[in-house]
Amino acid sequence: MENLVERMQAGDRRALARLMTLAENESPEVPRIFAALRRAPGRAHRLGVTGPPGAGKSTLVGRLIEALRAAGETVGVLAVDPSSPLSGGALLGDRLRMPVLDDPGVFVRSMASRGTPGGLARHSLDLADLLDAFGRDWILIETVGTGQGELEILNEADTTLVVLHPGTGDTVQALKAGLFEVGDLFAVNKADQIGADSLKAELEWAFRLREDRAAPPVRMTSARENRGVGELLVEVRRIRAAREADGQLGAQRQARLARRLRREVELEFADRLAGDPDWTGLLENLARRVMDLEIDRYAARAELIRRLGKTKGATEA
Amino acid sequence: MKAPIRVLIAKVGLDGHDRGAKVVASALRDAGMEVIYTGLHQSAEQVAATARDEDVDVVGVSSLSGAHMTVLPRVLAALRAAGREDVVLVAGGIIPTDEAQALLEAGVARVFRPGSSTRDIAAFLQEEVARRRGAGAA
Ligand SMILES: Nc1nc2c(ncn2[C@@H]2O[C@H](COP(=O)(O)OP(=O)(O)O)[C@@H](O)[C@H]2O)c(=O)[nH]1
Ligand SMILES: [Mg+2]
Repeated sequence: MENLVERMQAGDRRALARLMTLAENESPEVPRIFAALRRAPGRAHRLGVTGPPGAGKSTLVGRLIEALRAAGETVGVLAVDPSSPLSGGALLGDRLRMPVLDDPGVFVRSMASRGTPGGLARHSLDLADLLDAFGRDWILIETVGTGQGELEILNEADTTLVVLHPGTGDTVQALKAGLFEVGDLFAVNKADQIGADSLKAELEWAFRLREDRAAPPVRMTSARENRGVGELLVEVRRIRAAREADGQLGAQRQARLARRLRREVELEFADRLAGDPDWTGLLENLARRVMDLEIDRYAARAELIRRLGKTKGATEA
Repeated sequence: MKAPIRVLIAKVGLDGHDRGAKVVASALRDAGMEVIYTGLHQSAEQVAATARDEDVDVVGVSSLSGAHMTVLPRVLAALRAAGREDVVLVAGGIIPTDEAQALLEAGVARVFRPGSSTRDIAAFLQEEVARRRGAGAA
């Protein structure tokens, strides 16, 4: 395993790909992988790209890859597609829309959301951390903008780009999905189609009504015709530079890290309470004692928390 | 450790039909696999590079153009060069028996000809990947 980490840090793509699989499959090796990477956190800026299915996210990400490469910057991409709730399988088709570059400066990885609530956020952040340790300048994370898990990833992005298209027309849907809150900037894609102008106007109108914060920039793009992509990237870079300049980035990252740690521990305990036979046994036992009027529910809860505190399997820090 | 089977479905060379490839891709998804589909006209080197970066267990190459006898050995060589000689490489298409035999000898794990059911394909892949993962762990 240490060997894989060293190879990855030396630029071996096969090693990076293996490490990503281990992280995604929650291998018992994962804590050791990240321990070995402790001093190599990376320097990438993370750009989340989200929006409804079919908005042109993958095509636009492909164009952004080209533009960033033309500027000599390296790119890692995580392209997330939903798993089928029935079979657990997934069709991962985002690469289809991205240019096939024989380019050491680009690494694209497709991932399925898989079933676990919160699991997607955990896995994708681990994979993003690996891309970062691989030394990328940019990490683009494409997710469908529906559902809790997807939006949770975006909380961890440095900048979030929301992609909409005139086909959906319906800004109400995007509003409901919480996309307006997560977006630092917006692309109205498929500008080559009718309705793009009015969608842009509608968005800008909606943002003006919101008084709690400054209106995010809205740019028109046609990913298919490669128009407006340079201007969009200028805007992304402006946001990146502003965040880096005001000295807040470090504090923001630390706050995000604290939130991420809390989430991961919550999930870990939730998983154990739901699935670990020791814990489910303890739960049953406490419930029975409450039923038998032996202890009250608050005493049972205190007992459970006490036991969770000295949980097994927790490695010493 | 949950580890879904990851599959890359690729079309190599010039032929422009991918209906069959898409049918297989969705059938494998329905069998619980994570299927990456990269579209038409891939080179052998592109297929191997994608297989490496995506860390797939299986590469399925479909060929209707009759070019399989040149394409598949190239994919095998490219996979070896990319350090992925461990991948289960399967082929689908209109491939005569004697040529299928030659491909198996060259290192293709299985040839699926028209009429193979998607269920057979899924079952073969499940078995073969389990076998190779078991061998890798030992
Ligand atoms: N007309 C037009 N079609 C586009 C544009 N960008 C993407 N598309 C098409 O929209 C469809 C969905 O694109 P895709 O990138 O897969 O969308 P995603 O689901 O958001 O990732 C594809 O058929 C693309 O070719 C665009 O700027 N204009
Ligand atoms: Mg997409």
